[in-house]
Amino acid sequence: MDYSQFGAMLPELIILGLFFIVFLVDTFTKDGEKKFLTPVTAILFALSTIAIWIIPASDQAIFGGMYVDTAACKVMKAILNIGVFIVFLQSAEWVRTDEIAIRKGEFYELILVTLFGMYLMISARHFLLFIIGLEAASLPLAALVAFNKKHYDSHEAAIKYILTAVFSSAILLMGISFVYAFSGGSLYFEDIRNAISVGAHSGLLICALAFVIAGIGFKLSLVPFHLWTADVYQGAPTAITSYLSVISKGSAAFAFFVIFVQVFGTLYSGLWEWMMYAVIIATITVGNLFAIRQKNMKRFMAFSSISQAGYIMLGVMTESAMGLGSMMFYIFVYIVSNLAAFGVISAVENKTGKLSMDDYDGFHKTNPRLSFAMTLAMFSLAGIPPFAGFFSKILIFTSVTAVDSMALYMLVLIALINTIISLYYYLLVVKAIWLKPGDAKIERFESDKCDRVAMCLCVSGIVFLGLVPYIYDYCIEVAPTAIATITTLL
Amino acid sequence: MAPTLPILILAIPFAMFLILGIGGVKMPRKVAGTLGIIANGTLAVLAYIVAFTYFFSGSADFIIDGVRQQYQVFDVTWLAFTDRMVVNIGFLLDPICAMMLVVITTISFMVHLYSWGYMEHEPGFQRYYAFLALFTFSMLGLVVATNIFQMYIFWELVGVSSYLLIGFFYKLPSAVSASKKAFIVTRFADLFMLIGILVLSYCVSQTPADGPLGTASAFNFLMLNEQPTNVLASTLGATFMGGSILTWAMVLIFVGGMGKSAMMPLHIWLPDAMEGPTPVSALIHAATMVVAGVYLVARFFPLFCVVPDSLTFISIVGAITAFYAAVVACAQIDIKRILAFSTISQIAFMMVSLGCAYDQPIEGVHYSGLGYMAGMFHLFTHAMFKALLFLGAGALIHAVHSNDYTKMGGLWKYMPITHWTFLIGCLAIAGIYPFSGFFSKDEMLAAMFNRHWFYGVWMTMVAGLTAFYMFRMYFLVFWWEENPEYKKEGHKPHDAPWQMSVPLIFLALVSCVAGFIPFGEFVTYNGEPYHIHIEPQVAATSLTVAVLAIALAFVMYRKKNSLPSKFKNAMPALWEAAHRRFYWDEIYMFITHKIIFNGICRGIAWFDRHIIDGAMDGMASMTQWASLKIKGMQNGSIQSYVIWYFLGAAVLAAITWICII
Repeated sequence: MDYSQFGAMLPELIILGLFFIVFLVDTFTKDGEKKFLTPVTAILFALSTIAIWIIPASDQAIFGGMYVDTAACKVMKAILNIGVFIVFLQSAEWVRTDEIAIRKGEFYELILVTLFGMYLMISARHFLLFIIGLEAASLPLAALVAFNKKHYDSHEAAIKYILTAVFSSAILLMGISFVYAFSGGSLYFEDIRNAISVGAHSGLLICALAFVIAGIGFKLSLVPFHLWTADVYQGAPTAITSYLSVISKGSAAFAFFVIFVQVFGTLYSGLWEWMMYAVIIATITVGNLFAIRQKNMKRFMAFSSISQAGYIMLGVMTESAMGLGSMMFYIFVYIVSNLAAFGVISAVENKTGKLSMDDYDGFHKTNPRLSFAMTLAMFSLAGIPPFAGFFSKILIFTSVTAVDSMALYMLVLIALINTIISLYYYLLVVKAIWLKPGDAKIERFESDKCDRVAMCLCVSGIVFLGLVPYIYDYCIEVAPTAIATITTLL
Repeated sequence: MAPTLPILILAIPFAMFLILGIGGVKMPRKVAGTLGIIANGTLAVLAYIVAFTYFFSGSADFIIDGVRQQYQVFDVTWLAFTDRMVVNIGFLLDPICAMMLVVITTISFMVHLYSWGYMEHEPGFQRYYAFLALFTFSMLGLVVATNIFQMYIFWELVGVSSYLLIGFFYKLPSAVSASKKAFIVTRFADLFMLIGILVLSYCVSQTPADGPLGTASAFNFLMLNEQPTNVLASTLGATFMGGSILTWAMVLIFVGGMGKSAMMPLHIWLPDAMEGPTPVSALIHAATMVVAGVYLVARFFPLFCVVPDSLTFISIVGAITAFYAAVVACAQIDIKRILAFSTISQIAFMMVSLGCAYDQPIEGVHYSGLGYMAGMFHLFTHAMFKALLFLGAGALIHAVHSNDYTKMGGLWKYMPITHWTFLIGCLAIAGIYPFSGFFSKDEMLAAMFNRHWFYGVWMTMVAGLTAFYMFRMYFLVFWWEENPEYKKEGHKPHDAPWQMSVPLIFLALVSCVAGFIPFGEFVTYNGEPYHIHIEPQVAATSLTVAVLAIALAFVMYRKKNSLPSKFKNAMPALWEAAHRRFYWDEIYMFITHKIIFNGICRGIAWFDRHIIDGAMDGMASMTQWASLKIKGMQNGSIQSYVIWYFLGAAVLAAITWICII
């Protein structure tokens, strides 16, 4: 075996190296010295993010095509990295609390391991590697969800998460085993693609498709595989909720696209086209319908993120590089917008312990800056111009309509109508913050410095991602490399 | 040219807007004012450097064989909708742009300095400077636009900042309604402009991709200006209601310019806009924003030349407006309103001049774009002396605390600096040799006589009226009869502080010498130098008319007498009509309130309330209902979650399978 091939796995190696550094520092420092852990991790992680941005992709497939390193994968990893960096900043205050401080090393280690798993999911072009990545990204998350050891909610959420995750993995593996039956003994994406085009339309393959959709749909919380989402989001520590809602989702969406276009590309028309059609409509609509009734901010964000996942999945329906580019851009915008909202929620929760939407009445009187950030986040999530969310929505809609099929026009129309519904509940938050009469229920507080940096990053993302066209152009430019034939890269 | 300077020119005012807008609240006045003035001074220096480099460096980018070139310093793609529909953001340098850079930054700097004295005690001083910076940014962005779309964006930004500044005293109801009026009227005109742009882009998109255009952006000025006939020839055949499509497009675009430049019948917002602080009137409503329409015509001039009908339209609109505004100005009492109508009239003068400029020979005579050069020349000189007059009016208002000339009179003794500079401004606008207005007005009139004797005679008459109403105001303010109020203790008017006097003196000096600039060497329609020579007949006629008008004003208003009221009583209907601006506001009120609100809006309101809102309400109640119904799905029990999960996958597979067999 040629070990030099590992050189192409640079992003993974960087994250792994970072993991070991954090692990060693954490293990060999006394409890009193742990306060350096947060800045060290944050700085190293920022450097790694920059490194991943800068290092050009090798455009190689290694290990016989199991793993590819292309520009699109790299951009996706870098986008996730930015999100994780913001999560680290936002959690800085939480990990300083007495209960967590002693275990904060674990928090960073577990996050880095799951990130490693997500990297593998993004770059995998072989089902075995993909499953390893998926599990590496799933199992530590259960530990993270249960991180608030002494809270009953946290336990309940973790149990729900791990049970559903195990079940979904089983379903996914079952689906993949069906596919394996067709492929004649190969789990390489390319081989399967060539093998199954012959056996299209058999019941087994349809089952396989449904099970793979269900399996990955679990991570994306697509309807009806979403039921764990709200309970887990509510119970998990807020830093983990925000991590679950954006990073985990983003990586799964990218992997989903790659699998469905590369492996099942030949089965698109007439088969998974309609399956996804139904799932997307259900996801957007049901997510919205539940979101309008929520009073708890974290549950509210859970359903909002379900609905957003439906919009992200619109990119898959295009089955084109433009769709992938729009999807990556959408994920990026979604990451900054959602993290802005979660940043405010977690700041409020850490300082006052308040989580209900009613508590936000008159929020602007005491905390105008956080109110401003929250408002921008809501506007961006709802897709109000000129914020980034508007551009990401319009671009993903454009990429879908570019396919020029009546059914997809209808899909966009349904998505648009749902945007109006989503506007209602996003504006409920804005209304509570700015318009509800009476005194503010949340007293004035100074948010943490790290949190402020994170908020600035998020808000500038919301404002500039849409207005500066280069990021979108870049996403579109690199997108084709994600679905290029692997044999050409070998 | 390296793009550093041009980028700085746009970045400095925008940064100032952000700094003063966001941080201004916590800044002391002195800091905010100093910051604004220093930034603007730097900006002016940079703009001068760019303009001088453009005009004098002789670089091959800017001038080839004595012909000045259009040069894109940079032009980056911002939004790419399709291959041809590309929106860029860039910086275009050409003669008119370089000239406008100088005009805008000079006046803006003068106004910044002046405002320090004028606005000293007003609340919201920092906000005022932030808005000024925003306006400067938008105006600069407008003149350097490389393409129609960028121009349109900044065009609207200019409208917004004008709205903000007119409504600066937001506690006065009159200021609020004036700002709304200005915004709505100009926005209404911009709607036509947008339609015109869309039609024009349609014209351009009809040319084949392998044609003379290639795949160049449909909006780029370089492309539109270089080969207008080639580019648009294919669409000239198509007609709509008797005019070619291109004529319609250009006329519609010009309507946008009519809105910003307050041409009849869209002039109604400008007199009301005088509710804003006086330095703002000097900057926006005299020197820069209102000439945006003139600039627009100059920018699109090669396209207007392709369809001469549109130029005729411009001339006629300009000629009517110029005369109308001049007559109204003779019957106003508020000195700022007099200046406002004078501005309308002078801008209309420029419009007529542009309309009279042809590139092509008509009936065998080659007009060689004299009108274009003269119009631009007048834009330049007018910006200087009109800003001077407004700032002078500001100094008067500052001293007397009223806009009304009846509260003034005999002020020459008390305010010598204001008096002398104001007199220079009046002489310049009246077109007396050797002040700047004489030279530009002479060239314009020569161009008009060349085009058709009627324009020449008509506009000479307007020039006479201009001299008359300006000196009527001058004499009424500075001579006539001294207001007895001045004798009272503490009411004695005095000259303004130095921050206000310096701009007055500077602008007065400019107005004295600007006429001797060989303007034709710098700004012409095709970049070739044009040698200005005074046409003796035209000059003699216009001078005679101006002097006669001034003499008439002298006789009537030098000292208090009964002549003016005799005139007024001789034709009360005319005076009243002119004083009420020929009832244009009333006509608008009638049309909007009675016809549009009652006739059209009611139907729309009904539709909105019952159909649109009804659909929305229906959707809302349906959503609520559905969300109640499916509530049970999320019951918190993990067993049922997993069952739903599995059923979901199974049903998905089953339905698909049923569907395909």
